[in-house]
Amino acid sequence: MLQLILFNIFNGLIVGAFYALMALGLSLILNLSGVINFAHGGFLALGAYLAYSLMPFVGFWGALLLAPFLTAAIGLVIERLMIRRLYGRDPLYSLLLTFGLAYILEDVTRFIWGAQSLPYPIPAWLTRPLSTQFFFLTGYRLFMVLLVALAVAALFFILRYTRLGMRIRAGTLDLETVSALGVNVRVLRNLNFGLGIYLAGLAGVLAAGMLGLQPTIGTSLIMPSFVAIIVGGLGSLPGTLVGGLLIGIASGLTTVFFPSASEAVIYVMMGLVLLLRPRGLFGEEGRLQ
Amino acid sequence: MNREAAVNWVRQNIPTVLLWVVLLTMPFWMKAVGGYTELATRVVVFGLAAMALNFLLGFTGTLSFGHAAYFGIGAYGVGLTIKYLVPSTAVGMLVGVVSGTLAAALIGALIVRLRGVYFAMVTIAFGQVFYFIAFRWNSVTGGDDGLNGWQRQALKLGWTTLDIQTHDKTFYYFALTCFALSALTMALLLKSPFGRTLVAIRENERRARFLGIDVERHLWLSFVISCAFVSLAGTLYALLNNFTDPRALRWDMSGNFVIMAVLGGMRSFWGPLIGAAIFVVLQDYVSSVTQNWMSVVGLVFVLVVLFFPRGVLGLLRGRGKL
Repeated sequence: MLQLILFNIFNGLIVGAFYALMALGLSLILNLSGVINFAHGGFLALGAYLAYSLMPFVGFWGALLLAPFLTAAIGLVIERLMIRRLYGRDPLYSLLLTFGLAYILEDVTRFIWGAQSLPYPIPAWLTRPLSTQFFFLTGYRLFMVLLVALAVAALFFILRYTRLGMRIRAGTLDLETVSALGVNVRVLRNLNFGLGIYLAGLAGVLAAGMLGLQPTIGTSLIMPSFVAIIVGGLGSLPGTLVGGLLIGIASGLTTVFFPSASEAVIYVMMGLVLLLRPRGLFGEEGRLQ
Repeated sequence: MNREAAVNWVRQNIPTVLLWVVLLTMPFWMKAVGGYTELATRVVVFGLAAMALNFLLGFTGTLSFGHAAYFGIGAYGVGLTIKYLVPSTAVGMLVGVVSGTLAAALIGALIVRLRGVYFAMVTIAFGQVFYFIAFRWNSVTGGDDGLNGWQRQALKLGWTTLDIQTHDKTFYYFALTCFALSALTMALLLKSPFGRTLVAIRENERRARFLGIDVERHLWLSFVISCAFVSLAGTLYALLNNFTDPRALRWDMSGNFVIMAVLGGMRSFWGPLIGAAIFVVLQDYVSSVTQNWMSVVGLVFVLVVLFFPRGVLGLLRGRGKL
């Protein structure tokens, strides 16, 4: 029993790490530009498939390194061509636009790589379990958790200590003033969007190794990411991180006792948070309005 | 002077009259233009759903991206009732609408304090709960395969029986009657002081609040009313297909409702119906010629947002034609 619970908690932690990675990217874009990027899941799938196609040429590690950057580059172009026009308008329009993009991205991935799921090869030494008692602790899973931790640490480092990060944080609070101080806000929002998409691409490559490749891989991860943002608190990146891990673990634990509710439980959590603390666990007051 | 007023009245109402002529005769010329009766019914059903959404979106200025949930609850309500409880269309529809409305009342109470993009995000997320319930509760809902093994029943109206079960034209007129009654109710609500208050909240929430209006209560009511009509549309949709599946309450359905409203023009009362007609017919046509209909639909979203944000009717009005 204990082993089963530990297994599911660990599983939840991994899933939660994916949610967090997705949600952090979404949150970055939402906080600075006020855009809910519905196509985030599509970018995730794109990252995964790009890695799959790159792998024969650059190997596993090369794909892991390159695919997220390629995805981010595509994101930069899409932001430049379409999403940029909608800043400052009713959020309805950016939602609809990214919604349409999500459709297109899913369909294009299906068109190029086919509808059936593909296996994503990972190095053999990573797939071995680390101990016989805890069979679920394969090297790849541990590696994934470590990599997500590293990515999150890097993100917070960038936001805290680099000029770009400082500008993003300042822009989140008061974009007009940042603009008046001579920062090119268009470029800032563009780069910020790219950063968010990079995280989606990275999540995609990692998810591919665990779940295999499917065109719908992103859509199943995006809704929980919304929940993670709301539970963690609007406008707070650490909150988003905690929210993602929390709902992942909650969903994992529910699998032990009541498997068919493992998806619904996170929405119940969201309802509770909205009832008891509408701004979310770490949310700033006044962000809701 | 009096004559002038009469002429003005007629001129103003020509589009509405034309619209009703089209709606009332649709089953008779649908085949001639390459359609079929079921397609006409689908236009009316989705038109109702989009207009119900627009009650909230266009007239209260609040974006819900989760209306498919209540559409789906209506659909499952009628299906489950007819399959397991009473073989009666009327009872089934009542159960569907009541359960959809109750769910909306509950969730509405949780979210009325949120605004704008956050309101949208929470409605999307909450919509998924019902999707997972329908998807996972295999033994009752049939899971991913959908709920089948039931049929809409003939309507007994005391003095006569409406055979909506086998005559698809009769069912069309039944759906159209539901649509007309709903549209009338919504129009009357919007003309009432309550409706004007909703528009006031849309235009300037802070000022409305200073005038002593209970904004949260009005938003909640508007949300619940809107969802009630959406669940009515959902019951009709399930009856039309004699079937429902979890896709009826998934997030992409919500997105379709929103794009219908925007495509037609969300500042006008009938706009969403026009949008629904365009969208339904386009989807039907595109999915019959290409497998990549998702790209086409997605492209419609992108093009509408970038080039026709005010919708078809908004475009016509802007040129002073309507």
